[in-house]
Amino acid sequence: MKVQCSRLLHLLPAALLLAASTSGEPAQAQQPKKGGILKFVVPDEPPSFDGHRETTFALAHPIAPFYSTLIRIDPEDKTAQNYVCDTCTEMPKPTDGGKSYAFKIRKDVKFHDGKPVTVADVHATFQRIIFPPQGVSSARKEQFGMVESVTISGDDTLVFKLKYPSGAFIPALANPFNFIYAKATLDKDQHWYEKNVMGSGPFIFETHEAGALVKGKRNPNYHHAGKPYLDGFEAIFAKTQTLRVQAIRGDQAAAEFRGLPPKSRDDLVAALGKDITVQESDWNCVLLMTPNHSRKPFDDVRVRRALSLAVDRWGGSKDLSKIAIVKSVGGIVFPNHPLAAKKEELEKLAGYWPDINKSRAEAKKLLKEAGVSDLKFTLTNRAVDQPYTIVGTWLLDQWKQVGVTAEQKMEATGPFYASLNAGNFDVALEFNCQSVVNPLSDTSKFMPTDGAQYGKFQDDELVKLHNAMNRTADEAEQRKLMRAYEKRVLDEQAHNLITLWWYRIIPHRSYMKGWNITPSHYLNQDLSVVWLDK
Amino acid sequence: MLRYVLKRLLLMIPTLLGAAALVFLLMRLIPGDVCVLRLATGGGSMDPTVINNCRVELGLDQPYLVQFLAFIKGLATFDLGKSMWTGRPIVNEVGLRFQLSLQVAIMATLTAVLIAIPLGTISAVKQNTWIDYVVRAFSIAGVAMPSFWLGILIILGILITSKAWFGQPWMPPIKYVPLWVDPFYNLSMLIWPALATGYRYSAVATRMTRSAMLEVLREDYVRTARAKGVFRKLIVRRHALRNALLPVVTIIGIEFAFLMGGLVVTEQVFNLNGLGKLFVESISNHDYNMTQALVMMVVAIFAFTNLVVDIVYAWLDPRIRYSR
Repeated sequence: MKVQCSRLLHLLPAALLLAASTSGEPAQAQQPKKGGILKFVVPDEPPSFDGHRETTFALAHPIAPFYSTLIRIDPEDKTAQNYVCDTCTEMPKPTDGGKSYAFKIRKDVKFHDGKPVTVADVHATFQRIIFPPQGVSSARKEQFGMVESVTISGDDTLVFKLKYPSGAFIPALANPFNFIYAKATLDKDQHWYEKNVMGSGPFIFETHEAGALVKGKRNPNYHHAGKPYLDGFEAIFAKTQTLRVQAIRGDQAAAEFRGLPPKSRDDLVAALGKDITVQESDWNCVLLMTPNHSRKPFDDVRVRRALSLAVDRWGGSKDLSKIAIVKSVGGIVFPNHPLAAKKEELEKLAGYWPDINKSRAEAKKLLKEAGVSDLKFTLTNRAVDQPYTIVGTWLLDQWKQVGVTAEQKMEATGPFYASLNAGNFDVALEFNCQSVVNPLSDTSKFMPTDGAQYGKFQDDELVKLHNAMNRTADEAEQRKLMRAYEKRVLDEQAHNLITLWWYRIIPHRSYMKGWNITPSHYLNQDLSVVWLDK
Repeated sequence: MLRYVLKRLLLMIPTLLGAAALVFLLMRLIPGDVCVLRLATGGGSMDPTVINNCRVELGLDQPYLVQFLAFIKGLATFDLGKSMWTGRPIVNEVGLRFQLSLQVAIMATLTAVLIAIPLGTISAVKQNTWIDYVVRAFSIAGVAMPSFWLGILIILGILITSKAWFGQPWMPPIKYVPLWVDPFYNLSMLIWPALATGYRYSAVATRMTRSAMLEVLREDYVRTARAKGVFRKLIVRRHALRNALLPVVTIIGIEFAFLMGGLVVTEQVFNLNGLGKLFVESISNHDYNMTQALVMMVVAIFAFTNLVVDIVYAWLDPRIRYSR
């Protein structure tokens, strides 16, 4: 029995390879060199070390190198869409009509304290992630909604039983936050990993200086032979973007793995020339406008559609990509994915029409029909420069073209989410950011039932479409349902309005080799294949 | 004197209590809470029960009065609790940053004193000469120029100069190593923020030294000393400067206390893991416990510094006595 969506996923590498690009790197492959300490900057510090609980890249960048996962995306594959085993022996073929997956666990994997990683440890890990005990936070529990049970078979096999076949299962399993923890430790204290690190990954935890850095050293017993190449790494926390750019320029750090704006890339290239290499990719993050359906006049679909019709996404992409970390025009699915709308499909949706004048004329007509030709409202936005402020300011101008006056209210992250949770906003500019490209799961953000859906609306038809899409085994049917789901979200009901997809730019010192950009800043950060050419 | 010091120490208690009540209330007026920030801002979906569990775990579900009493009890027993953001003991979190902030504050104060007192004195003695004009321009520039901006200029200057001279751009280290572990590395990191903040600090102190010196130099006892034929250097150093230093000491004391927790932007410019950065992070993370602890620490530092300044007054001017 084949994995659902498998054909689509096979098509994806070629598409994404086109989306990612590298400059400044020698064309021929080099033999990795061993040794050296990689220093890189991290814009934030994680609240805890527990990957199962946290959702931030600030955890992935300094902490992921200490842990193994069951499966992962192939770290040496630039497309970041091929799934390979980390602690299992081989990728299993599903049985029972796509509802059962049996993973055999490797015998040679050891925690850094020398104890072997057993199937019981992997079982305890996924029990904690999928069925967290009382008082334990699991940020990815909902991604495993299709899982019925996780059991141990024999002495080395872990079996996942699904409620229904789902193409979202394998990508969810490959999430880089699914760190394998020791059962014995979890049995004693479910919260131990929040403040401590003990993994089986390529690097052994050395120190954490709060607010300053995390240090790791090479794991000589790593289960992937010959790796890692580095002797160690230092993840240095540096809040300000200017400082991070200067740190790379002044060689206090080799890279920053989240992403920098085009101007910083250009400055670094101008200052360092061949000493800097730039890798770029579409980013699995998007900014979306969410009208508050519980407030007038945003309960009126005509008003919501008009707000989308006023926005010139095609023109905005050209201009904003010069100054901000946004670029691609897309629907609700990551651009270039086989499940994503093609340009001709997008152009049929409200707000994506090729003729912006026609689109804005329609917007004015709808506003007039709704009796709000001179609509005034507040756009609640996060006080974060890249890309929130820039895109927010652009939206104000776009709406002005159809006679709508919006005022931008910038809020710090805490008050911003407080406003969203309390429904205390007219229209908000928020984001959907995911790791492994997994459209079936990623698009659950648009469901009325999702905890992070701040629009406050009910739409049974939308729920039906999403459920049908997740349960069908037919790939063509899946794509058709995704189009219908997308049209309902963005056009017919205009529940949420997509702006532009983010664009990831990573300028790094040219002596850092082996690291490949992916569509997510959460992925490919275990550093096992990174080496220094110094 | 001992009685006076004890009295001042006792007076610090109501000051601390007032500050405690104020910071407790102000923190809770800011919309949002640490659990939403920690768990629901990653961009994906989130189960609301997880956020509720977090609130219960941190005691945020308790009435404000219960939370306040727990805070006061912690203060009284010197148990500052744990950071709501990291879960680590606050004493450990603050201790790490305290040594860095203290070193920068001391280095900046030394820079300021070494610049301000000679320049202020020379400026006063050479009033209305070109030297005076240069010193005044230098000090006005220091007051007008934000230290974080000067910091950015310093870093850019180092990057450009090092590239021009050595072919590769260099910038000061961005991770802290204690002075006793590697003095050269430590100083190559901290000398620049100390200079940037010390310059602004010195500008204020230079102007104060100059004006105080001008006032003292016009006093009768200085004129008398001159009439008696005392050397000018001796008059300036022994009779004028010592008396002129009283207001300067006040400025230095206040600035020193400010430097311990107020170098927010400068710390970010140089990536210093100091108390100012911790302060801003704890407020933006809605880490009530940490913010409250830091505010109380800064209040205590200010109160203690003021006490030290008063004691130094008595040493500088024997006429000042605090027996009553």
